[in-house]
Amino acid sequence: MYRYDQYDQQMVDARVEEFRDQARRRLEGTLSEDQFKPLRLMNGLYLQLHAYMLRVAIPYGTLSGAQMRVLADVAEKYDRGYGHFTTRQNIQYNWIKLEDAGDILADLAKIEMHAIQTSGNCIRNISSDHFAGAAADEVVDPRPYAELLRQWSSFHPEFSYLPRKFKIAVIASEQDRAAMRLHDIGINIVRNEAGELGAAFYVGGGMGRTPMIAPCIRDFVPLDRLVTYAEACLRVYNRYGRRDNKYKARIKILVHELGAEEYTRQVEEEFQHLLDSGVEPPFAELERIRTFFADPDFETGAKEDIDRSDPDFALWVDRNTIPHKQAGYVSAVISLKPVGGIPGDATAEQMRVMADLGERYSFDELRVMHTQNVVLPHVRKADLHALWTALDEAGLGSPNLDTIEDIIACPGLDYCSLANARSIPVAQKIAQRFAETKKTATLGQLKLKISGCINACGHHHAGHIGILGVDRKGVENYQLSLGGSEAEDVSLAKITGPGFDEDGIVDAVETVTGVYEREREGEERFLDTYRRIGMGPFKEALYG
Amino acid sequence: MADQTPPAEGRGPDTGPESENMLRYRDDAPVAHAAVTVDAFLDQSNAAAVRVEPGDDARDLIPHLERLDLVEVNFPAFGDGRGYSSARILREAGYDGELRAVGDVLVDQLAYMRRCGFDAFDPDAPLDPQDVEAAFARWPEVYQSAADARTPIWSKRHA
Repeated sequence: MYRYDQYDQQMVDARVEEFRDQARRRLEGTLSEDQFKPLRLMNGLYLQLHAYMLRVAIPYGTLSGAQMRVLADVAEKYDRGYGHFTTRQNIQYNWIKLEDAGDILADLAKIEMHAIQTSGNCIRNISSDHFAGAAADEVVDPRPYAELLRQWSSFHPEFSYLPRKFKIAVIASEQDRAAMRLHDIGINIVRNEAGELGAAFYVGGGMGRTPMIAPCIRDFVPLDRLVTYAEACLRVYNRYGRRDNKYKARIKILVHELGAEEYTRQVEEEFQHLLDSGVEPPFAELERIRTFFADPDFETGAKEDIDRSDPDFALWVDRNTIPHKQAGYVSAVISLKPVGGIPGDATAEQMRVMADLGERYSFDELRVMHTQNVVLPHVRKADLHALWTALDEAGLGSPNLDTIEDIIACPGLDYCSLANARSIPVAQKIAQRFAETKKTATLGQLKLKISGCINACGHHHAGHIGILGVDRKGVENYQLSLGGSEAEDVSLAKITGPGFDEDGIVDAVETVTGVYEREREGEERFLDTYRRIGMGPFKEALYG
Repeated sequence: MADQTPPAEGRGPDTGPESENMLRYRDDAPVAHAAVTVDAFLDQSNAAAVRVEPGDDARDLIPHLERLDLVEVNFPAFGDGRGYSSARILREAGYDGELRAVGDVLVDQLAYMRRCGFDAFDPDAPLDPQDVEAAFARWPEVYQSAADARTPIWSKRHA
């Protein structure tokens, strides 16, 4: 894991002091709320329906047991005893007092954490593959590149008042586990024919009210030009991104309006200007960062076989563990989707359990997934039963990774001031319905995502099944869409037709899964069947 | 537009002559004449001061940097960050005259503006001198190379 040196620590400490000073000036009245808003947002502090919400950064989703424990302490000391893991691998707290925010940031700074740029019109926390450093299929660990970009983008003097927020994801494998092409910039670290590493840049993806899949604008940027190229992409956006309408201000609109080719031309031109400007860190800095992400001390010859005599355990192993590059190890997913629970929520107690287990069984490393679960990336197969037993006792043993119970949901109208409809109760009802009918298992991989408004924080455009909550004349109404994917087979879901009320949407989901069960061939997933047979049969069943 | 009172003698180095709110971090004498728009500047050959609006392309000025003493970059609203890019582009092109941020310039943006190459500030509203001092002293280090002389952290790590 990356560890701060004196410089990183000084920067985070300075940020705490800056925020305390800004909060003081706001309370004294020398800063207006309009002036304070972008400043508090750049420290992750939103004003929500009931209270302030604080979003804490977990860079590329990686954290230690000690850090997870402090997240638990914050939940207990300053909130109501729980936190919510987000689709950008962060955590947010929903019941924060403005007067406490400075103290929370100070507590976080002590363990190398912060809330810097977790909101606001700036470069946000950088996300990555939650199986980085463990996945059998990766080219390299993508996190050193994410860390290099984290430092470059932190307190960037030119790009802190962008037209709109800016999200970057970095991966390094063919399989995309970070929704890379649905980001403002998606970077895939690849190897060229000469065996050199470089970065493929995908720019202008996003969800929200105008979902777009990012086109590749350059398939190979040499690693010693990574920062320069990112700087060029951002400068073109900062200068020419629309500022007249906040709904058209994301870079995807600029790329779309200019065309990928023209945007690329402008970036390349800017890149030429910047080549000699000295913005690129020396390669030695990347090498320094890489040393923090060296493999942990894996046991060679670790036992491969697992005692599967307990069927509940065997089911969890089948569902929630992922092949590892090291023989005798797996990555184990801790589901934060218990049936009837709030997707992505964890109590302080559960966070402490996860911290302990991460320390004991996973080289003191945990990951937050964009699907709002937590991974222990490096677990010996021999330890799985003990791990599962401890998880199950803490209510963390749900065997439902990538199933219809593993729902992504935004906080919705229960918390969010932007929402038009509630997301959480819909997620709960759907999970309960499929758990009761025991269909979860037979449906296999089925990614269901729910957003409570058009801003699409619940990634509904990218769901195999997507649900969008809207307000129709004061009544919550839910639109159903099918066929989205955030993975390497990225696609945007299409709306089936007229929406449904809260109970109707649960029935509608059951109806479309019924079509899948009837129509599927061989090992097809729901998504594969939809792609093969198209919308027709689903529409017929829903509205027929 | 700034008023055109002639420079007053004996004022502190941090206070310019043109406006009560002016902050200046240069040793040379302030430019006293008015800045013209980019269009007007490109049309007339004698102006030495120009005012760049957010929608202007700062690169249009690059062929004429030699005759410029003052570039004002206007921030009609502090949240419009185009002026930061304009400033860096001019500094990257070698402009070493006065680069002045004007308009909705607030204390919380000063440090970033300075990093982008601004060396004078003429805010619409006066800034508290103590807050200004604190803003410039805030960041012990910087993560990036920009248009100022500060050494980035990555350079110190590998010195």
